[in-house]
Amino acid sequence: MSFSISLAVNGVARNVELDDPRVTLLDLLRERLDLPGTKKGCDRGQCGACTILVDGRRINACLALAVSHDGAAITTIEGLAHGDELHPVQAAFIAHDGFQCGFCTPGQIMSAVGLIGEGQAGDDPERIREGMSGNLCRCAAYAGITEAVLEAQRRLAAPEREKAA
Amino acid sequence: MKNFEYVRPATIPEAIAAAAQPGAAYLAAGTNLLDLMKGGVARPERLVDVTHLPELDRIERLPGGALRIGALVRNADLAHDRAFAAAYPAVAEALLSGASAQLRNAATVAGNLLQKTRCGYFYDIASACNRREPGAGCDAREGENRQHAVLGWSEACIATHPSDFCVPLVALDAVVEIEGRAGRREVPVEALHRLPGDAPAHENTLEPGDLIVALRLPAEAARFAAHARYLKVRERTSYAFAVVSAAAAIDIAGNTVRAARLALGGVAAKPWRARQAEALLVGVTPDAATFRAVAEAALAEARPSGDNAFKIELARRLVVRALTLAAAGTPARLPALPASPFASQPGALPHA
Ligand SMILES: Cc1cc2nc3c(=O)[nH]c(=O)nc-3n(C[C@H](O)[C@H](O)[C@H](O)COP(=O)(O)OP(=O)(O)OC[C@H]3O[C@@H](n4cnc5c(N)ncnc54)[C@H](O)[C@@H]3O)c2cc1C
Ligand code: SF4
Ligand code: FES
Ligand code: FES
Repeated sequence: MSFSISLAVNGVARNVELDDPRVTLLDLLRERLDLPGTKKGCDRGQCGACTILVDGRRINACLALAVSHDGAAITTIEGLAHGDELHPVQAAFIAHDGFQCGFCTPGQIMSAVGLIGEGQAGDDPERIREGMSGNLCRCAAYAGITEAVLEAQRRLAAPEREKAA
Repeated sequence: MKNFEYVRPATIPEAIAAAAQPGAAYLAAGTNLLDLMKGGVARPERLVDVTHLPELDRIERLPGGALRIGALVRNADLAHDRAFAAAYPAVAEALLSGASAQLRNAATVAGNLLQKTRCGYFYDIASACNRREPGAGCDAREGENRQHAVLGWSEACIATHPSDFCVPLVALDAVVEIEGRAGRREVPVEALHRLPGDAPAHENTLEPGDLIVALRLPAEAARFAAHARYLKVRERTSYAFAVVSAAAAIDIAGNTVRAARLALGGVAAKPWRARQAEALLVGVTPDAATFRAVAEAALAEARPSGDNAFKIELARRLVVRALTLAAAGTPARLPALPASPFASQPGALPHA
């Protein structure tokens, strides 16, 4: 049996024919939609390499069935930059050496975008570390990652503060 | 992963009819079920996707003050719901101490309640496991069993239930609303999971097709809001299951305890309510000696099921600490490391 689902992926409407209900969002993105930026680490919810935004919320794409997400809006690492202009979180990761080998980085960046959107951590490093604990880094670039998220959160929160003032 | 038929019902009666068939399972976020299916541990023939069912994603206050939480409310949304977190702070703390932010964003209320044990032999299909395959034996008895049960276990199975959420829920007399082929009924969370006895595969009191539609927290349980904590010892500070956990809630008037609630996690195949221990607190002025006596009573029946005698004393000490912090008062804002029994700064009080 095949299923047709419609998704908005990085702002582009995509209609997908699924011939197999077992396909995860992760495999759909990587194998069928030519978006390999989202990484497969553990494939079991344990590492965060596959983090994407679904309807603005960060989740693990490896434990999400594509067929169940009919109608969802998905953002992947490929959808963050505007042309050559990096997203503030991407720029902050470069400025603060938030990576070494880079394998975990798309997941870290998507998780950081989700974390900042959730607005629970503020600029408390301890809350940022806790909020990012779902993303493991084999190279242990954690110190740089925390610095990067702190700076990006300050930059992204600044216009909000101005609005409030 | 074995292939399956995917069904997406539009109504609750359709869902129940589709899931009552042998080999069918409900799919919520799938963060536990898909993991088990990838490992060949769960092999459903049909998945009945409940995530598109209407009206199961609401949090509403009922006349009389109870909160009714739809089965599809996501763990993160519940923990951050202001009315909910204000009335039942230990439940919010337990939710935020579980899994990772990504998993909490996906995981649903009902899925969390019904998640399976994390016993490594249950997950490894090359091992003997009575819970996965009745009559096969239990490789955990002679294997890696540091994390296994110290209360309510049997010769057939020594696994624990891994949910954090469930622990304060049983302490606070939460109830699940179930719809099934025979209509609607209510079951206290405390009666949802079964101890293993000689049938560990029979994990809970649900019948085929039974759908959890909502969770209810009684208005009365909000009396503990000012003095309620959930603490969880893990092998790393975050993103790890409980070795042992404790939910403590006290209602104090002046210096005297009017009512108290206590439950333990990570110690049995179900969240463990310690009623006899609770009774020791009523009418007394809480102090360290009382808390220790309560902890002794809570673990009075505990015995190791393997290489895990340490969990019994660990659980006692965690009970003392949870009661101590509950008596000190619920923090105005949840600590940066929810449920951590350890201070983040050397020498500081643990999140006092
Ligand atoms: C790496 C990792 C770490 C984790 N750490 C923790 C932790 O520290 N603490 C913790 O508590 N949990 C932890 N979890 C478990 C997590 O909380 C559960 O996977 C999650 O709560 C399950 O919810 P779900 O919606 O994804 O359920 P699913 O996986 O979709 O379903 C789980 C079970 O519930 C059944 N079900 C779902 N909805 C209904 C319904 N409405 N009625 C009847 N049956 C239903 C399904 O058939 C299935 O058997 C962790 C998980 C992972 C992968
Ligand atoms: S403890 Fe229970 S779940 Fe683990 S192997 Fe034994 S029977 Fe299976
Ligand atoms: S690949 Fe999804 S969490 Fe590791
Ligand atoms: S940069 Fe190498 S795993 Fe994180």
